[in-house]
Amino acid sequence: MREVAIIGIGMIRFGELWEKSLRDMCVEASLNCFKDAGTDRVDSITVGCMSSGLFTGQEHLSSLVPDYLGKINTPASRVESACASGGLAVRTAFLEVASGISDYALAVGVEKMTDVSVNEATYALATASDRDYEAFHGITFPGLYAMLAKAHMDRYGTTREQLAEVAVKNHANGVLNPYAQFPFPVTRETVMNSTMIADPLRLLDCSPITDGAAAVLLTTETEAKRLKKNPVVGITGIGMGTDTIALSQRKDILRLDAIDHAVRRALKMAGKKIGDIDFAEVHDCFTIAEILVVETMGIVDQGKGGPATIDGLTALTGKFPVNPSGGLKAKGHPVGASGVAQICEAVEQLRGNAGKRQIDNARSGITQNMGGSGGSCVCHVLEVK
Amino acid sequence: MNVPKHWRESPQRYRMEAGKCRKCERIFFPGRLVCPECGHTGFDMVKLSGKGKLHTFTVIRTAPSGFTDFAPYAVGIVELDEGIRILGQITDCDPDSLQTGDRLTSKFRRMNDEGKTGMIMYSYKFVPDNGI
Ligand SMILES: [Zn+2]
Repeated sequence: MREVAIIGIGMIRFGELWEKSLRDMCVEASLNCFKDAGTDRVDSITVGCMSSGLFTGQEHLSSLVPDYLGKINTPASRVESACASGGLAVRTAFLEVASGISDYALAVGVEKMTDVSVNEATYALATASDRDYEAFHGITFPGLYAMLAKAHMDRYGTTREQLAEVAVKNHANGVLNPYAQFPFPVTRETVMNSTMIADPLRLLDCSPITDGAAAVLLTTETEAKRLKKNPVVGITGIGMGTDTIALSQRKDILRLDAIDHAVRRALKMAGKKIGDIDFAEVHDCFTIAEILVVETMGIVDQGKGGPATIDGLTALTGKFPVNPSGGLKAKGHPVGASGVAQICEAVEQLRGNAGKRQIDNARSGITQNMGGSGGSCVCHVLEVK
Repeated sequence: MNVPKHWRESPQRYRMEAGKCRKCERIFFPGRLVCPECGHTGFDMVKLSGKGKLHTFTVIRTAPSGFTDFAPYAVGIVELDEGIRILGQITDCDPDSLQTGDRLTSKFRRMNDEGKTGMIMYSYKFVPDNGI
């Protein structure tokens, strides 16, 4: 297996991009990625997208993307793992390069979510749950995570203030990110007084509905060093895990086994422990999700995610910064793009290019991207080479 | 959702039929073809009691398409006396008065109208025993 490095990253600013189509977003992010890499050589393309069919009526992205990118005849695939589709695209591109099938592999994550109404978007997202035994009963994603929040509050005494602080922290980071959909600060009071969506989760506990795309170009470490365009950042560990699609079927609903497996596999492959890592970009689709994830990853003990957030452990200047980009919460959550955007942020940090949100001496980072209520999870460990 | 799709799920939705692994005796709802615990592929059909207690719940205020007329409504995960958990709506109660641990019993109820065909969907929902 060959060592893999990231030589290019490309984002577009996330938001309600009424003037941009699905294809335009993919192409813009990819062109930004080529510019950053200093090359547009591509041997394969992997598109991560959750539901272009329900959101826009367009499938067959394995033809659409190479076509509009001016790369006709390039082998391409579209991968789907709900909100982890972007992470899965990066994993697939990694495998292309590591295996020797491709020397240059492009991963593009995309979602065009604002062409449909909020209720239709909520319906489309709910298809990532068990369609016949969860969504059928009128549960939504905020609803599933709300039940996790309620269970976490019942078991560990997690408070409304602690949940709100996740949003406060991530918005504070998002202010410093030029690609963020919501680059404004929020207070605990604003979060706790925002509209109730699914008790106890309120509007500002939820990541938004977002249009966006992100792209990364991978090649071998040897090739990346030869190109000398950017400081070389390697992907030294990849991990994926899966769990029951329905939340109710897990033996302990607060144990996110897919995340546990994905994190452990990625760290093992990189030969590291979580304590060796300098920062994390995690899947904070809801405030409670970040608390559950930092606990499962072992950044804090089980049940301590809330207090640790209040204590500033996961803040930009804390001992273990989590979501320096602003996370899904402030940066926006175009579901298929989020996993790729996490990699873009990690690379910015490891190159030392993250500007005002730069973490001091960042040498290694981990990304964690999950689908549904934790039915699938993809992790990557990135290191300066 | 077309007619066969709904008809296919009717044993589960109308009668709460589950599968019990012949080897390890674990119960699964809905039934499965392979036991995730022991790998066995033989199952017996068992009917669930529909009685249990509320494990966790929420009140949906922003509803998906097909449910907007019903919001706010409660949805919970119910731990049945058989030891398995099922997600379902909790009805015939004031959602704000629900508590974790409340005893519930399943009832056969109307869900909603399927958007395109207008077909009326039915399923189990849970009702608190103390009749809040
Ligand atoms: Zn069995």
